Amino acid sequence: MQTNGLRVDDGAALVAGGYSGAAVVAGKPAESKLLARLRSSEKGHMMPPAGPRLTAAEIATVEKWIAGGAKVPTSTAKGPARRESSHWSFQPVKKPAVPAGANAIDYFVGERLKKEGLAPSAEADRRTLARRVKLDLVGLAPTPEEVEAFVNDKRPDAYERMVDGYLVSPHYGERWARPWLDLARYADSDGYEKDNVRPHAWRYRQWVIDALNNDMGFDRFTIAQIAGDLLPGATMEDRVATGFHRNVLTNREAGVDRAEARYEQLINRTQTLGTTWLGLTVGCAQCHDHKYDPFSQREFYQLYAFFNEADDVDIDAPMAGERGPYLKALPGYRRERAKLLAEYKIPEYQARWEEKMRAAYANPGKDAEFDFWITSMSAMVDHAMRMLHKKPAERTEREADILADYFMGNPGPEFGRDKELTAKLKDLRGKMAELKKTMPFLTQAYAMGVNPDHPKTHITIRGDYKALGIEVQPGTPAVLPPMETKAGEPSRLAFAKWLASRENPLTPRVTVNRAWQEFFGRGIVRTSEDFGATGEKPTHPELLDYLTAEFMDNGWSFKKLHKSIVMSATYRQSSKYRPDAAEKDADNTLLSRQSRLRLPAELIRDTALQVAGILNMEVGGKSVMPFLPKGVGELAYGGSKWKETFGKEAYRRGLYIHYQRTTPYPLLVNFDAPDSNMACSRRRPSNGPLQALNLLNDPVFIEASQAFALRAMETKAATGERIESMFTLALGRAPSETERQTLARYVDKQTDVLRTEGKQGELLTQAAWSGVARVLFNLDEFINRE
Amino acid sequence: MNFSRRDLLNTIGYGVGGMALEHLLHGAVVNPLAPKKPHFAPKAKSVIFMFMEGGPSQMDLFDPKPALMKHNGKPLPTEFTKDLKLAFTKPNAAALASPRTFKKCGQSGLEISDYLPGLREVADELCVVRSMHTDAVNHHPGQLMLFTGSIQFGRPTAGAWVTYGLGSESQNLPGFVALSSGAGTSGGASNFMSGFMPSTYQGTIFRNSGDPILYLSNPDGISKATQRTSLDAIKELNEERLRVNGDPEIASRIASYELAYRMQMSAPELLDFSNESQETLEMYGIGKEPTNQFGTNALLARRLVERGVRFVLMMDASWDTHTNLNKKLKEKCDATDKGSSALIKDLKRRGLLDETLVVWGGEFGRTPICEIRNTSDPDNAGRDHHPTGYSMWLAGGGIKGGQTIGETDELGFTITRDKVHVHDLQATMLHCLGMDHLKLTYRHMGRDYRLTDLGGNVVQAMLR
Repeated sequence: MQTNGLRVDDGAALVAGGYSGAAVVAGKPAESKLLARLRSSEKGHMMPPAGPRLTAAEIATVEKWIAGGAKVPTSTAKGPARRESSHWSFQPVKKPAVPAGANAIDYFVGERLKKEGLAPSAEADRRTLARRVKLDLVGLAPTPEEVEAFVNDKRPDAYERMVDGYLVSPHYGERWARPWLDLARYADSDGYEKDNVRPHAWRYRQWVIDALNNDMGFDRFTIAQIAGDLLPGATMEDRVATGFHRNVLTNREAGVDRAEARYEQLINRTQTLGTTWLGLTVGCAQCHDHKYDPFSQREFYQLYAFFNEADDVDIDAPMAGERGPYLKALPGYRRERAKLLAEYKIPEYQARWEEKMRAAYANPGKDAEFDFWITSMSAMVDHAMRMLHKKPAERTEREADILADYFMGNPGPEFGRDKELTAKLKDLRGKMAELKKTMPFLTQAYAMGVNPDHPKTHITIRGDYKALGIEVQPGTPAVLPPMETKAGEPSRLAFAKWLASRENPLTPRVTVNRAWQEFFGRGIVRTSEDFGATGEKPTHPELLDYLTAEFMDNGWSFKKLHKSIVMSATYRQSSKYRPDAAEKDADNTLLSRQSRLRLPAELIRDTALQVAGILNMEVGGKSVMPFLPKGVGELAYGGSKWKETFGKEAYRRGLYIHYQRTTPYPLLVNFDAPDSNMACSRRRPSNGPLQALNLLNDPVFIEASQAFALRAMETKAATGERIESMFTLALGRAPSETERQTLARYVDKQTDVLRTEGKQGELLTQAAWSGVARVLFNLDEFINRE
Repeated sequence: MNFSRRDLLNTIGYGVGGMALEHLLHGAVVNPLAPKKPHFAPKAKSVIFMFMEGGPSQMDLFDPKPALMKHNGKPLPTEFTKDLKLAFTKPNAAALASPRTFKKCGQSGLEISDYLPGLREVADELCVVRSMHTDAVNHHPGQLMLFTGSIQFGRPTAGAWVTYGLGSESQNLPGFVALSSGAGTSGGASNFMSGFMPSTYQGTIFRNSGDPILYLSNPDGISKATQRTSLDAIKELNEERLRVNGDPEIASRIASYELAYRMQMSAPELLDFSNESQETLEMYGIGKEPTNQFGTNALLARRLVERGVRFVLMMDASWDTHTNLNKKLKEKCDATDKGSSALIKDLKRRGLLDETLVVWGGEFGRTPICEIRNTSDPDNAGRDHHPTGYSMWLAGGGIKGGQTIGETDELGFTITRDKVHVHDLQATMLHCLGMDHLKLTYRHMGRDYRLTDLGGNVVQAMLR
């Protein structure tokens, strides 16, 4: 039994102590924790924690032993460099053999079905397939023309051609960015009370979309996000990739202890790493050794140490075309800015203010007003104290600007009461704002760099950031193959390479499993976030290993992996519910059919706007804030931060909707998008009345129904034909006779009702057909892919 | 207790076909919020949690500290301040005595401040806990702690746990409703989210203006009649798809649309106060300032639990009195005292208090020492956050009123008797509802989570 790193069955280990430090101080019984614990009778403190107590005589013997120098025989227990485990996911990936000519997916799934006496389902009809594959690969509905082209394409490779077309679509990156952003807990605001907007967060999202569209190998994709800044010759894009870690929440509540806030961020980064790449719930080990997995608290802080050595850095990350105009305008801007600062004597004021701030920082409790200002500035400005304590000449231009801007906006006590200065600052801020308007926009990115303070990492006892235990070095879990380190290579970079190496069995398995999950609604391992002992076992272990090995052989290419999955007969099966199969396999884990999958929140809106003909298909760029009903944003502290986007921009894809952590866009909440606080490995589709109200009454869907009706009315058609064309646009298939009749009756009824309500002429027709559009958008089939 | 709709339908063996369809569409099984049995006989059926966001000042309201007078304006002996965890103030700040007067009220002699004349009248119903403590010293973490039992993100909130554990008695309203008054809260939506549980259990926010539930009303130009015709068509087409494809989730979708319609139909009745007596409206302070907003929410809370809603969270912001304590605290008390006391009286006279657990309090309390951000203005004095000894009160279902639990030291820094951790409060709340906090678990990421995380003891002294 060993908890908190202390071993009592081995003399040397006992003397060395556990996570809290030495248990025995040789020659000094009074300072030895071991003795205090043996004598204690306090629950939770006493040792042994349960069972009979040691007798007074036994304790005296221990005391004598410590007083005499605590000598122990040479240790017999040498910790193995590599911890053994028989758990399946820690074993090396082995590519199983597949009979020549067989499709590996169909072979493994088929073998298993045979064993259970189940036959696979027939292939879905072509229209269903066309809608399924387009929604799965690019997240959009197929146009009726695309469906018809596929239906009528008699070439044997018609399906493959369609698939290949979608794989090179720029919307592929949009579709596949979303699950990755769920893991990256991407959001456009800080979270916590202040929840300030992060105007440049989208730059990281842009990187993800581009990387996926370019089919960047997942090994490279991993290394860039973990340690892109440390790559030899790191490019701007490599640095932008490290924004993965900057998606972590930032608590800017003024009274927050910065050390505690940073600790929470690093814990979140470590947990996110565990879920995203290793598929392990490492978070359990923040406070104690993992109860179920071979993963110690020490190892948690060894992973944490990689992030502790890194630091938040904001960088210029211009998009194409931005840099030229910016650089051209820069010298003039700097000149003007310097002139204004000098004219208003800011450097003099600021120097005095800084003096006061530094004095208050050095002597807490002496000047309550400046104490408050220190706390407040530290919360609002990253690295505020570090910058404040640098000599002005040593500050970078960015740092100098941040400090001067902060002083101008927040002069604080004493200076804030100087009426003359207050008036001058107000005047100056106006002029500075005007000046900034003349500067061409330059996109920024939130990235990572090396921490100049080189902080040491300690285990924290029971997860209390102030209770420091022993120091640890960066390192990887002993149950996994060791990390190779090259001389001179930064440890975070070595770690990134290790993470995405062929030797690490977890990263590729976890990644392949998650891709599978997107196509079937569940992973080969259902608990895609947990490959540990408490997670579920793979339903098709050989298939998982086969695909994993293939994935690595194919240069960790997502596009190749996705293609191999959608080309399989298993994927192409009908999703029709089978009572016979349900008896044996209620959850369809054996894949005797495809599954109907509820569309993610974003795609529900995307497809409605697309079918209505008003979706803005532009790829990439800033986040947008489409109409939000009054009262939603206002629930947040400090009022709504929502500044509505108008025009075409408001109809961009859901991926681009601004995510305000404390008051998310309601559609996203109602349709199960994650809260962006922790890595989310799989969304849990729910089904409830608020979803119905959302689809029925949210103005965006009303607008879409009206636009859809107008679109349908552009061509003259009889009622039946128009029903058919709208139905086909929305669902990718023609209505059955029953469906056609139901809708025809609806049009009649709705027209009658509307007429009694006083509608007539063109307006009456529009209202009736908007009704049809609304009915179609509210069908279960519309928000599912079959 | 964790089940998905699909799992449930599968385990009870519904195949497809006419018969099964009938069951799916009309049986109680389609409602994941159907009432569930508690672990043991409950005292309370529902909860109204009056969340006084920001941290009300306990020594100005429920925990008088006359001894502060002799230290007023001077730093305190270090023995009191050595373990302080503060957000803004330094431990050597001056003591700030309360100018409030306290009176022993009711039969029980409970001490309540002159700022709360309404609560003084219901003193015998209140169980004031003077020995609350929590792990967080800042707002958002404190609110996460109070509602989810952890300062880490992503856990379900108390209302979600209760709805998950007990379901809802209401057929046409959400099981968990959140109401807000005052400004926005630090926690925002995270105070009523379902975390890693399905969104079925999350709180539905009732709004102060416009639709009470977002998207509840039909949009402009869509009448009741056109809505019903459209819903009929949606239902028919969904049923047709269910017949062809057989996916039980379609049946569930049909049920959701029916529930949505019932919500649309019943909400106007819920919000219509015309059948409430004038006396009732006056008692809650409805139609008058500054009591209207909170009073309206309090009356709405009563009407919600009357209609079977399981958990009502009333959020009132902000009690965060760092500055201008006397003025700001008076404003908050004036706005809410009438509503909170009327709610107790009203529940009692309707015989609902016994089955409704009422909780009042913030995420922490406030310091006995002074925070001053502007030294040139003496009225500017306020109090900092204080997590290590503050007051909350409970009343109603299962709670023994007219008593105080616990004690803080003579200056109000630390707890000297019967500490009640936030987890203990949560365990006691669940106990009143007939649930064992150790047994109410939800499996996520390989671990069985609890509202009370790794702690929590039922505080027997609170119970009747």
